[in-house]
Amino acid sequence: MKQKKDDKKNKELTGAEIFLESLVKEGVDTVFGYPGGVVLPIYDALYNYKKLRHILVRHEQGGVHMADGYARATGKPGVSLVTSGPGATNTVTGLATAYMDSIPIVVFTGQVPTGLIGNDAFQEADIVGITRPCTKHNYLVKDIKDLARIIKEAFYIATTGRPGPVLVDLPKDVLTATHKFHYPAKASIPSYQPTYKGHPGQIKRAMDLIVNAKRPVIYAGGGAVNSNASKELTAFAKKLKIPVTTTLMGLGAFPGTDPLFMGMLGMHGTYTANMAITNTDCLIAIGSRFDDRVTGQVEKFASNAKIVHIDIDPTSISKNVEVDVPIVGDVSEVLKDMIKAIPAKTKQKGREKVIKEWLSEVTTWERTHSLKCDQPKDARIRPQYVVDRLYKLTKGEAIISTEVGQNQMWAAQYYKFDKPRTFLTSGGLGTMGYGLPAAIGAQVAFPKKTVIDIAGDGSIQMNIQELATAVDEKLPVKIAILNNRFLGMVRQWQELFFDKRYSHTCLGKKPDFVKIADAYGGVGLRASKPAEVDKIIKEALKINDRPVIMDFVVDPKEGVYPMVPAGQPLNKMLLV
Amino acid sequence: MKHTISVLVTNEFGVLSRISGLFSGRGYNIESLCVAETADPMISRMTIVSVGEKRIIEQILKQLNKLVNVVKVHDLTGEEYLKRELALIKVNATVDNRTEILSIVEIFRAKVVDVGIKSYTVEITGDEGKIEAMIELLRPFGIKEMARTGRIAMGKTTKTK
Ligand SMILES: Cc1ncc(C[n+]2csc(CCOP(=O)(O)OP(=O)(O)O)c2C)c(N)n1
Repeated sequence: MKQKKDDKKNKELTGAEIFLESLVKEGVDTVFGYPGGVVLPIYDALYNYKKLRHILVRHEQGGVHMADGYARATGKPGVSLVTSGPGATNTVTGLATAYMDSIPIVVFTGQVPTGLIGNDAFQEADIVGITRPCTKHNYLVKDIKDLARIIKEAFYIATTGRPGPVLVDLPKDVLTATHKFHYPAKASIPSYQPTYKGHPGQIKRAMDLIVNAKRPVIYAGGGAVNSNASKELTAFAKKLKIPVTTTLMGLGAFPGTDPLFMGMLGMHGTYTANMAITNTDCLIAIGSRFDDRVTGQVEKFASNAKIVHIDIDPTSISKNVEVDVPIVGDVSEVLKDMIKAIPAKTKQKGREKVIKEWLSEVTTWERTHSLKCDQPKDARIRPQYVVDRLYKLTKGEAIISTEVGQNQMWAAQYYKFDKPRTFLTSGGLGTMGYGLPAAIGAQVAFPKKTVIDIAGDGSIQMNIQELATAVDEKLPVKIAILNNRFLGMVRQWQELFFDKRYSHTCLGKKPDFVKIADAYGGVGLRASKPAEVDKIIKEALKINDRPVIMDFVVDPKEGVYPMVPAGQPLNKMLLV
Repeated sequence: MKHTISVLVTNEFGVLSRISGLFSGRGYNIESLCVAETADPMISRMTIVSVGEKRIIEQILKQLNKLVNVVKVHDLTGEEYLKRELALIKVNATVDNRTEILSIVEIFRAKVVDVGIKSYTVEITGDEGKIEAMIELLRPFGIKEMARTGRIAMGKTTKTK
């Protein structure tokens, strides 16, 4: 008996088996994959393999976005597996999307055998070279001896510091060679040492500025979500009564229904948030990176303010905007230290009155310029109204993903996110076709939750094939198409800045999305009149075993407002 | 302003393209880039000369540091450091001007390392100023070919008190 056990211990595994066992050791439960020639050894090892769930996607880009959606919703790394050549090149958009938004995913690509690399072999692509600028790091495994270590490092790099995608390229001969399996307990990479603790001196300097500020504003970004800092962020803001705005990526990091929340800032930010930024004397940037869609004309952004910037990535600091107190560190760690450094109430003399005045100014902006989602009865359906109804009928408890364009901005404006990791959107890259696969990824992780992709009729067609994946896996994702028969956001720019010359942005009434849903084995519903909106949402929410498309035929003339034209200062908003 | 940046990297496959890709991808300048192993065969030293305003150079240093394969980044500019470059210069040499060329070579403490029927190949090391001065003096004879290494550099040992 003991003999047998030892034999098993010393048994050599193939590279393909080592790959699977390593994933299991890493705690991976799901792989989004698509097979092909060089990864056949892995697919063979997967046959009847019980320890992992493999989800067969319909396009590798979809697979990577699913891993990304899974990662955003859970905080755990998402995993995707594809073949060499075209399989690998199809992952590029997904990697770039995850890279721009700092999302931890690990993508495994097959590669031609090491002996053929560089020979223009069948389905060979230099994917490590191609993806170098859109991954946090990448590897080509040249020897089976390195396989387990590299997988360990890949997950470590993807999930630590500023998270990001890592790609591991697996040549076929490495997958078929054999070696003893030993999975390292820890990754040790001397040249990679992220900083987590903020510098105490900087924290003190920051706190001095913050407590003495008259018009402080917190501007939180995706970093606050990534570092799971919602609790600390909320406590910090509430203790000091500082109003909060977030970026698109930061939505949910602070409760969307809290009175201190001003909504999103930037190009399609709320009037309140953009005015607060313009008037603040102390801006506290938390895990945000001063993106041009956020700042507008950069010289005028918070130009009267001292700026404190907390970020785990030193390259984000003073990149676009010179800051006064930089703090490099993990947002949640730094906020914990800052909360400890809040002086006792008695030491905050006079602050209460000053802050009260500031908050009442903020409230006035809010009252006079709130976002509106009213729906005249006999008019066409307004997309803003649809999002508001989705919000109300799901009681704000759904996980929302979006495509890109107007649909994305309306989702951000009209759905209120009280919890982090419930809003999945491609912020940095703005990838049309992201929403459906991301929703599938999230639904895999949370089978019982309502997951809705708020979509445009343009974007949804970029990865619509993944409906088949959802049908296969019995995933009840909901797709709410705000169908305006246009590439709406581009149309809006043409309307405003190109003399209404609608060049190549009209998509027309095709396809029939109800029939498409039906053809894939899902359910298709349509609302053409305001009165039908609630009806089909309620019907869709009841379905729990297959995907549903809700096709909302909306008014194509609706625009996203407020809008700060590109390059203008934030207070120069076009209102409705 | 010109900056000399010394970068220690793990000696791995593809490191050079990670570094050069960082510069081209983000639009940073490279004037020269030299790379070779250090005393530790696992580590290579790259010496990069780049030009940019303070903000850009700061970004370059941070971005380099962020690469997983980068062990250490050091901007040598503004402190005392040794900088050297080597050049090989093949210059036309006829019976009439050979002595003149040789005397220039001597003044610069350079060497003739290859002699042909119609040319000399001269090897010179030093800082760029010296090398450029030599090139200017040799130019009138007709330079047929030239290869330069670009700058390598190292901080000076701090003097103990
Ligand atoms: C892959 C990709 N191609 C092009 C664009 C440029 N783009 C941004 S928004 C947009 C229109 C999106 O149209 P639709 O999905 O119908 O959404 P709407 O704006 O109408 O809500 C386009 C083409 C993009 N973001 N992504």
